[in-house]
Amino acid sequence: MKLFEHEAKALGVNFNLPLPRSLLASTADQAREAAKKLGNSCVIKAQVLVSGREKAGGVRFASTPEEAYQIAKILLGSDVKGEKISKLLVEERIPSKKELYLGLVVDRSKRCYSMLASTEGGVDIEEVSEKAPQKIVRRDINPLSGLREYEAREIAVKLGYTGRQLLELTSTILKVYRITVAFDGELVETNPLIETPEGEFVAADLRILIDDSSLFRHPDFRDRAMKMTEEFKPLEMKAREKRLAYVELDGDIGVVGNGAGLVMATLDMIKHYSGKPANFCDIGGGASSERVSDAIEIVLSNEKVKILLVNILGGITRCDEVAKGILAVRERTGVIKPMVIRLVGTNDEVGRRMLVEAGIESFHSMEKAAEKAVELASEA
Amino acid sequence: MVILIDSDTKAIVQGITGTQGSFHTKLMLNYGTKIVAGVTPGKGGLQVEGVPVYDTVDEALNEHEADASIIFVPAPAVRDAVLEAIGSGLKLVVIITEGVPMKDAMEFIWEAERSRARIIGPNTPGVITPNECKLGIMPSHVFKKGVVGVVSRSGTLTYEVSAGLTQSGLGQSTCLGLGGDALVGLAFVEALEMFKNDGETDAVALIGEIGGNAEELAAEYIKTTEYSKPIVAYVVGRSAPAGKRMGHAGAIIMGRSGTAESKIKAFESVGVDIAEMPNDVARILRERLG
Repeated sequence: MKLFEHEAKALGVNFNLPLPRSLLASTADQAREAAKKLGNSCVIKAQVLVSGREKAGGVRFASTPEEAYQIAKILLGSDVKGEKISKLLVEERIPSKKELYLGLVVDRSKRCYSMLASTEGGVDIEEVSEKAPQKIVRRDINPLSGLREYEAREIAVKLGYTGRQLLELTSTILKVYRITVAFDGELVETNPLIETPEGEFVAADLRILIDDSSLFRHPDFRDRAMKMTEEFKPLEMKAREKRLAYVELDGDIGVVGNGAGLVMATLDMIKHYSGKPANFCDIGGGASSERVSDAIEIVLSNEKVKILLVNILGGITRCDEVAKGILAVRERTGVIKPMVIRLVGTNDEVGRRMLVEAGIESFHSMEKAAEKAVELASEA
Repeated sequence: MVILIDSDTKAIVQGITGTQGSFHTKLMLNYGTKIVAGVTPGKGGLQVEGVPVYDTVDEALNEHEADASIIFVPAPAVRDAVLEAIGSGLKLVVIITEGVPMKDAMEFIWEAERSRARIIGPNTPGVITPNECKLGIMPSHVFKKGVVGVVSRSGTLTYEVSAGLTQSGLGQSTCLGLGGDALVGLAFVEALEMFKNDGETDAVALIGEIGGNAEELAAEYIKTTEYSKPIVAYVVGRSAPAGKRMGHAGAIIMGRSGTAESKIKAFESVGVDIAEMPNDVARILRERLG
């Protein structure tokens, strides 16, 4: 789950992370007042979750409160890469001598957090790691002991700092680590971390991604995640409420299956036969007929879908339940879009008979079913 | 000899009194797995399918000999359950539960390494050595004793590929699911190493998916060890968009890393056969094994 910059910074404040003074504004008048309080010259930042906000014009500079008002008027209600702007963070401008990068990422192969730090901040860190990997200091963190103070100090030394600055940067690194651990960060980064002409460090931006699997212990964010519409399309939100794994794509063949791997394989197979999948939808293991109907309904409510392909390999999922779910949707919504069903595994004979009686053909082989779906889609 | 589990394996079930735990305990017992005890804190003294339940792993192990634990407890309780199993000296822990926080997984995976215990999962269908032992939730009728070692990041896809191997007469030596979460214990490299040293495994089917770099590391391992047994790799997620989780917490392309193309390229570059579809796995291995 992505946090808005203002949410991330509110967490940073609790950990005494050095941050620019800032105020949140949801009207242009509030933006003007905020600029006055912050001392006229300020940065106005659109609070959106899409990345690349700066390049898309979502970050602007104002030198007077009046200018802040005008910028806010333009930004509020407009959108950044399709995401509507409803809030702005008005922030004091921090003079910069150098821009640093500080980030914590999860290293999946080492199964630990890694701290990445660089004096080449302010740009995309992936670019730095490609062009100048020697400019990145990397430190894997033992999850059993955590990041020790001396380890943080070693990072600051490697970045080339000494004296008071060394101690200050060490403390900032430890704070970023503590925020990560306290909030189950999947990614926590401050980019840029500004070094001011006076030699102080200020986290001008703070990005926090919380591990979705940990949301049970962060109830405030969990509730916000359920309402958050910025990151997901409307049907994806609907699927989320039903706890279905659903991702919208741009083709015309709707897909429902059990198991993430099997559904991914189904999408690949459609592509292999030169068709285009409209979505990913996994009903998981042991689905009830209601769950099957819910999934099919969501998939079919995407207007682009011409054909529905259902791919079930029953284990703890029972094929008769699946057939029941398919038939229930037809009855409930009177759907007439063609369906191609692949049904094998637990109770498949019963399930297949139910479908045949309703005039629906079903396949044993997933390849044949996918091929048929692509054929029907190209005719439709 | 097979890998990880065989007919002598004795296991306990943590979370045995829950819906999933009790249901699959019954199925594992039916398969012939030696489930010697169950653990659910607060439910000690009960019985599930004739299996005695204890409050702690320690108590269970005082009364029964066991080598492994299979875990069905809810995600918030997984960390403690795994640490308890490892702390009591068990050397194999299979975690069925899905969606374990990454921070928790890091901790118990490192702790397991320190205690020389093996973690499989989280979010795994488990391990099965056909005709001998099933420590998992897979539909057993799909599997048949044979010569192909199967290692996979996906559940249903393992069944799909295994069904093909069964139909072709090749069967499986041991099948293991590594788990769909972003951070899992055992990885492809360790599984390949075990299959290499296993006398009953003649070839390996490797099923990968987008996210992370476990497949790339496997390709590197295959190259440096000049892996001696035929391997077919099947990698899914070619049509997945970046930045979206495809069902599994671990199936996500981050920026430019973790794509199916990168994994397929890595395997191709070290001479591993690539299956385009699940059925290709058995067909290619049939040709390779003659």
